[in-house]
Amino acid sequence: MRTLSTILLAVIAIASGVVVLLGYFLPGVPLFVNLRVAFLNWAMILAAVAVFVGIANLFSVHTQKLRNRNEAAYSVILLIFLVGAFALGLFLGPTSPGMDFVFLSVQIPVETSLMALLAVSLLYATIRLLRWRANFMSITFIITALIIFLGTAPLPFLGPIPFFSDWLRPIIAQVPAAAGARGILLGVALGTLMTGLRILFGADRPYGGK
Amino acid sequence: MSITNSYLILYGGLALLIISTLLIFTFALLRKEFPYALREIPTFARLRRAIGLAIEDGSRVHFSIGRGGLIMPWSAAGFVGLATVRRVAELTSVSDRPSVVTSGDGALAALSQDTLKASYTAAVAPERYDALTGRVTGLTPFSYAAGAIPVMRDENVSTNVLVGNFGIEIALMADAAERQENFTVVASDNIPAQAVLYAAGSNPLIGEELYAVGAYVQAGAVHTASLRVQDILRWVLIIAMVVGALLRLVGIL
Repeated sequence: MRTLSTILLAVIAIASGVVVLLGYFLPGVPLFVNLRVAFLNWAMILAAVAVFVGIANLFSVHTQKLRNRNEAAYSVILLIFLVGAFALGLFLGPTSPGMDFVFLSVQIPVETSLMALLAVSLLYATIRLLRWRANFMSITFIITALIIFLGTAPLPFLGPIPFFSDWLRPIIAQVPAAAGARGILLGVALGTLMTGLRILFGADRPYGGK
Repeated sequence: MSITNSYLILYGGLALLIISTLLIFTFALLRKEFPYALREIPTFARLRRAIGLAIEDGSRVHFSIGRGGLIMPWSAAGFVGLATVRRVAELTSVSDRPSVVTSGDGALAALSQDTLKASYTAAVAPERYDALTGRVTGLTPFSYAAGAIPVMRDENVSTNVLVGNFGIEIALMADAAERQENFTVVASDNIPAQAVLYAAGSNPLIGEELYAVGAYVQAGAVHTASLRVQDILRWVLIIAMVVGALLRLVGIL
């Protein structure tokens, strides 16, 4: 029975993928084009439902954690705010001033603080990098980062530093950095293509199966 | 863009798809006649050792597969993460503590649960599956990172495999993992994330190395064959770019 359902799931997934591809590559065939649009609309609706599934999962994980007293404190806070924000959105509406207040006074400051923490964490990581991999590439990485910093952030009372801000930083950003980024993007595109094909053949089946 | 150009791109894409498919099947079928030697990437050798140690000391392997969702171009990185989960969770199914998968997207979490279930079923240990080991830790970038960090710290994790679509928030997770002195592999398809990972992770995978994870953890013949085709296509692209630049230089293009 399980094998049958596994095969059926694979057939549905592969057929959906093939129909969407045909709809893209055969724009003159209305049947495939309409099916492609319908399938993509369903996928978007399912993706929106998945947000709800995610919240339900978060809720059940932290409800489970309440049983362990050592881990309960953070879970209690999370659950109270989760239910509170949900109720607020449900009764006042997602665009109400109350919800705006929650986002502007809680969500954004907390995420901004984490961003600030990230800056400190990266500074520490850069120093630690020389301990892990004291090689030519690491030294190049650190020197490049320093040059970009000097060229981007104006110094107090001095303003932008000449040579770094108007000559060196633009050259590094527009020539070696842009070339490297494009190379990586091409590699990522090829990798994405191969991953998509593996899923299309059913070689990778993250849905119910292999 | 002219109609001729858009048709050229469309049919060029179709040709690329067909050629890639044929090559993948050919290489997968002829893998014994034409074996493919993967180049040595030290991170994967260390990962194999870390997985062995995790099984031996009964600690947990933590996977984080990002927040790429399922219907975006960057979702492929999450699927690579899931293929890694599928293979490594099966290998570590004999460990005292089951693997845990965190993600920042509901659909990815549902798929991670399904993948874990399939891994334990394949390892003939379906009773080891616990739905709560496939988790969403947050739906925004930083809440996801903030939710995943306690998993690394509090759940007896010895190995972290952070493979998927992440932004720069991955640096916080990588830093937390390093502070726990856990073995950590980090890879993202996002360029700013790769830049911060080079500094923040002790074992970063840069560029398209992310898409090679399946082949290196021996997830199947198709993974190795697709990596081989990826390498061939990369060389074709390099040659096409160099030839294109030369033709442009001499005024033909």
